[in-house]
Amino acid sequence: MLVSTIRHFKAVNYHARILRTFSSQIKGQSSRSDTSKSLSELRNVYVEFLPDPTVEFRNPIREKLERLDMLARRGQIDIPEFYVGSILAVTASDPHSLGKTNRFVGICIKREGCGLRAKFILRNVIDHQGVEVLYEMYDPALQKVEVLRLEKRLDDKLLYLRDALPEYSTFDPDMEIEVLPEGSRVPVNPLKVILKPKPWLERWERQNLRGVQEFEISERDKRRADKVATPWLKYDLMKNYMNTIPEEEQNEIFSEIHEQLQQLELTRKKLKRKRSFVKPFKLG
Amino acid sequence: MLYISRPFTSIITYLNRNIHTSKIQCEIQKQTRLRVVDNSEIGKRAMAEGRPPKCIHVYNKTGVGRLGDKVLVAIKGEKKKGVLVGLKQNQKVKVPKFDSNNLVLIDDNGTPLGTRIHVPIPTVLRTILKEKTIAKGTDYTKLLGIASKFV
Repeated sequence: MLVSTIRHFKAVNYHARILRTFSSQIKGQSSRSDTSKSLSELRNVYVEFLPDPTVEFRNPIREKLERLDMLARRGQIDIPEFYVGSILAVTASDPHSLGKTNRFVGICIKREGCGLRAKFILRNVIDHQGVEVLYEMYDPALQKVEVLRLEKRLDDKLLYLRDALPEYSTFDPDMEIEVLPEGSRVPVNPLKVILKPKPWLERWERQNLRGVQEFEISERDKRRADKVATPWLKYDLMKNYMNTIPEEEQNEIFSEIHEQLQQLELTRKKLKRKRSFVKPFKLG
Repeated sequence: MLYISRPFTSIITYLNRNIHTSKIQCEIQKQTRLRVVDNSEIGKRAMAEGRPPKCIHVYNKTGVGRLGDKVLVAIKGEKKKGVLVGLKQNQKVKVPKFDSNNLVLIDDNGTPLGTRIHVPIPTVLRTILKEKTIAKGTDYTKLLGIASKFV
């Protein structure tokens, strides 16, 4: 009885997911051409506008004020759409060397925080040395944020790159911007990373990573991973509800700021058109 | 025969594994292994032999080494001083975090033993080391001159 209900629930869930992805695809294709974005797109692009769902931290007035501040900052600096796995170049003013700026290129391995506290970590290997820098998205010291390659990876955190072979996190600092054709979806890079042998920084075998090639693991570790696994958590509807902002509330938030976001996008498009002119240079 | 050979093989594997008795630590304190990143002769040899220097004292009041702190290390049977130029620990915003705990060897005047640092150096060190330098005392800023790259 129980098994059959679970199976039924799974099937329903699966169909719902297919429907959702299908509808979002249609929406995505139709809305990319014109400037307005659907809710499903907005909440992916502007993740940090959604507040922290933890009940103790909610404060509607503070959240509203923060959103206004974020929009004001976005009017000053272009913070483009990016995801974990995209390659970014961040130019920040450097108070330690007078009047100079510091540019760091790297792959985004983590995005965290919401509101004005939104942060991301960039990682790169420079001179055979792994380097990571944490940036705050709304830091007034940031002067320019460029997305050199817009793509997603199979996981929503790439912290395992710290234990992967260095070639997976090595990127050329003089990389050129790779432009995606207008109206295309954000590509997902299905790259499977090879991990170094143990010791690791974390127990990767317990995290169900999709972007990692199969690795050898001892019988004991496997047993322990199975013991602490919680495969039923994705069916915990209450937990899911508590850990997310409900759709009605998301609608409310984005309908408030939709117009300003659209304005920002328009100005960005104008700027892009301006930037596309390349000054010819002399040959020979 | 088998009885005799067994301890022998275990000793050989023990030597080959090049194990360190101190465990991996993210915080720099006494007994932490560090990585020499300049091209000083003693540092290069210690790293090539797989016997990286061990911190035996941190010159601050907490005993925990932070970025730019001076440490005393045991390296190839000698005592040398060095400056921490990159840490594994989580750092503040816009301060780089490295995959290894990096050290540049200096002498008592602050003059680096090597002539080149072959990994990037955090720019915060410019400020930190300038603040630590006292007139007519040790000049830590000398090591910024041999850095190849700043992050």
